Amino acid sequence: MAFFKVREIVKFFGGLAAVNGVSFEVQEGEICGLIGPNGSGKTTIFNLINGYFPLNKGEVIFQNEKISGLKPHQICQRGIGRTFQVVKPLKRMSVLDNVIASAFLRRHSRAEAQQLAEETIEFCGLTHYTDKLAKSLPIASRKRLEITRALATLPKLLILDETAAGLNPHELEEAIGLIKKIRDSGITIIIVEHIMKVIMTISDHIVAINHGRLIARGTPTEVASNPEVVKAYFGEDYRA
Amino acid sequence: MKRPFGQLFLLFLLLILPLVIREAYYQHLMILVLMWVAIGSGWNLISGFTGQVLFGAAAFFGFGAYTAALLSSKLGLSAWWGLPLGGILSVAIAFPFGWICFRLRGPYFALATLALNEIFRHVATIWESLTDGMIGILVMQTFVSKAPYYYVALAIAVVSIVVIDRVMQSRWGYYFVSIREDQDAAESMGINTLYYKMLSLCISAFLIGITGALYTNYMGFIDPKVVFSLHDISIMAILVGIVGGVGTIYGPLVGAFIMVAVQEIFRSGGFGLLNFIGRSTGWPFMSSITKFVGDAHVLSFGILVIIVILFLPNGVVGDWPVIRKMFVRSKDQAV
Amino acid sequence: MEVFFQTLVAGVLKGGLYALIGLGMTLIMGVMGIINLAHGQFMMVAMYITYTLFHFFGLDPYTTLIISMPSLFLLGLVIQKFLLNPLMKVESILPENQVLMTVGIAMVLTEVARFIFTSNYLSVRTSYSSSAFYVGGISFSVPLSIAFILACLLTLGLFLFLIKTDLGRSIRAVSQDSGAAELMGIDSAKIKVITMGIGAGLVASAGTLLLPIYYLFPDIGGPFTTKAFIITILGGLGSTVGAIFGGLILGLAESFGATYIGMDFEDLVGLIIFLLVLLFLPGGIRRLTKV
Repeated sequence: MAFFKVREIVKFFGGLAAVNGVSFEVQEGEICGLIGPNGSGKTTIFNLINGYFPLNKGEVIFQNEKISGLKPHQICQRGIGRTFQVVKPLKRMSVLDNVIASAFLRRHSRAEAQQLAEETIEFCGLTHYTDKLAKSLPIASRKRLEITRALATLPKLLILDETAAGLNPHELEEAIGLIKKIRDSGITIIIVEHIMKVIMTISDHIVAINHGRLIARGTPTEVASNPEVVKAYFGEDYRA
Repeated sequence: MKRPFGQLFLLFLLLILPLVIREAYYQHLMILVLMWVAIGSGWNLISGFTGQVLFGAAAFFGFGAYTAALLSSKLGLSAWWGLPLGGILSVAIAFPFGWICFRLRGPYFALATLALNEIFRHVATIWESLTDGMIGILVMQTFVSKAPYYYVALAIAVVSIVVIDRVMQSRWGYYFVSIREDQDAAESMGINTLYYKMLSLCISAFLIGITGALYTNYMGFIDPKVVFSLHDISIMAILVGIVGGVGTIYGPLVGAFIMVAVQEIFRSGGFGLLNFIGRSTGWPFMSSITKFVGDAHVLSFGILVIIVILFLPNGVVGDWPVIRKMFVRSKDQAV
Repeated sequence: MEVFFQTLVAGVLKGGLYALIGLGMTLIMGVMGIINLAHGQFMMVAMYITYTLFHFFGLDPYTTLIISMPSLFLLGLVIQKFLLNPLMKVESILPENQVLMTVGIAMVLTEVARFIFTSNYLSVRTSYSSSAFYVGGISFSVPLSIAFILACLLTLGLFLFLIKTDLGRSIRAVSQDSGAAELMGIDSAKIKVITMGIGAGLVASAGTLLLPIYYLFPDIGGPFTTKAFIITILGGLGSTVGAIFGGLILGLAESFGATYIGMDFEDLVGLIIFLLVLLFLPGGIRRLTKV
């Protein structure tokens, strides 16, 4: 049985199918990259996995349990953490409080939650921001805070939505390092990313979609040379 | 708690206050302040900490007040039973109400509480066989002296503050503030936002409902216009909450002091100062000024709402750094 | 059966005016994203303007529309520009501080009216105030019918304005996505100011049209604010077509409630509708029609 599986999911917005019959599987411990041009339905897929939008058809299965139809908080309790493309820091709380709030999912006393939060903050390298208000952080650190908060819920599967967008090359290197470190700690990752360099270097397995449909999947090299993918990214007339 | 000594000292002062100030009038004002501390704390939990603005605090206040009054007038029980029961029944109202409104985002909750406030006032007015409508309900007061009421009010106020302080240190508190800051983020952190919003509303409703029941016992008379008043209860609750400090534990304490004082200054013409000036100087227009000031109490509330929201949206406690800056700018610069 | 049709006619006529009240509120809701809890109080101010002009200058109530509407338009502009727009820059914990501001404005307007005119009930009695004409045994109140026709014309005018003019299109753009509209070069702060003016002007017309039939006192604003937000919620927040249906439904429901349940229940009916909408049709009529 696959660790995580999406089967034939369909989502309509009005009359338009944003996601139309996409299926893929993710194995435990791997990094799965989700790629596709703008508006191809990547973030919608995340929102469907996370329960933010209800599915029109199909199902999402996680550790042999059907999780589609559950509320976002229930899906988080099952062990799927997520970050948002447009970051959503809890602005008027300190970084520590942001993370404590999410650590409370697995820790019941305040002291234990704080301990878990501090460990997670250190793991993600945000220690020097611990007592700063979330709204005062620069964008790179806000993205990192998103990851930290998701990790503090002790997920088995982490879904990352464009965590590297808007970062400078140095920050990018750090972000890649962090993602690898998370994978090495045993957490499975699904990542949406625009920057090809990031996705090609870190993914074990890539799923490419366009117009809400699956167009290719396989290893990074397989997908990169797939004519459908090339067409989706560079247009009909591109000849490699 | 960082400074338990300050708080214990304040509690001690409040405990001995009725022994020091024996004038009934000032004791009455203190009882009002303490009742507003409880209502303001309740308002602050759901609005200031959880971010779901309660526009109709009077719905729960009046419900508690009527519970106490009806226990006495219909069942012949002591109206004091209204304290626990008024709180519990307010929660019983808050629970389904929250379940209906909190599924929706946007202004629904604020408006629905306003509507609930209006519905209760209409029902209390129309259902004459139960409530005697506009005539109101008279309840025999238990004590002649004000001191017993003072201590009950003090107990409720202290319990409100302690409960909210405890709650805000705990998981619930973190969850409430997370919901206020970003509901989507909160959901994705595994927080059942519907459940925790309802929990927060229920605690608020309980505190406000108990205080309503105390009001019945203390005043000995209620009618729909007074206890379901939009201006004197619901808006006053918002003002106490905002003026003191949105989302602060001790804000409602400060807010209650300020707002009861403001209310009283207008109602009594500057504590009788205007009357006194009028009598001693014999200026004929002083009496019309006094009347004007007395009539202006709702107007002053309205103006206060506008000024507070424009300049002190987070209240005296919340915006303390801003206020400090206004007065001690020179010192800050020196440092 | 006659009672039924009589009630129906009364409800529809009243509903036309309610639609006018609801339209102003809905425009404001769409563009500002807030419920204007001073809406009924705007109407009250317009009514006092009409009353004053009628009483001291002998103007016909309907003629005063040309003064009451522009006056309230100006009042709306001033309030938005100096009291509500500045709030966008103030950082506050409460998300609803603009709504609270409108509550404060409502209180001030009511109390100022009380100072000038006292709490007494006033009314404007014209030669046609209580006259009626009959169609097939059903009576149509003359002032309500005039009001209904004028309300229809104003509504039509508003729609033409929103669809045909550049300003109207800008308003719709801000209403749909103020961020995107701003990127297109629309000054959303200015649009907000104008929209508040138009909303206030619309509800002013409703007040003036109601005056020959209604009593006037300072606290009349509150119940109408409540009606306005019920209509807005019923119609679906920000939906102009929804507001018209919302107004008609509320008019009918109140009318039938008063006839078949009891006069006391007239105000309660609207509130019960509000709760029912929240329970069974969150999103209002808009959800059914997708307009």
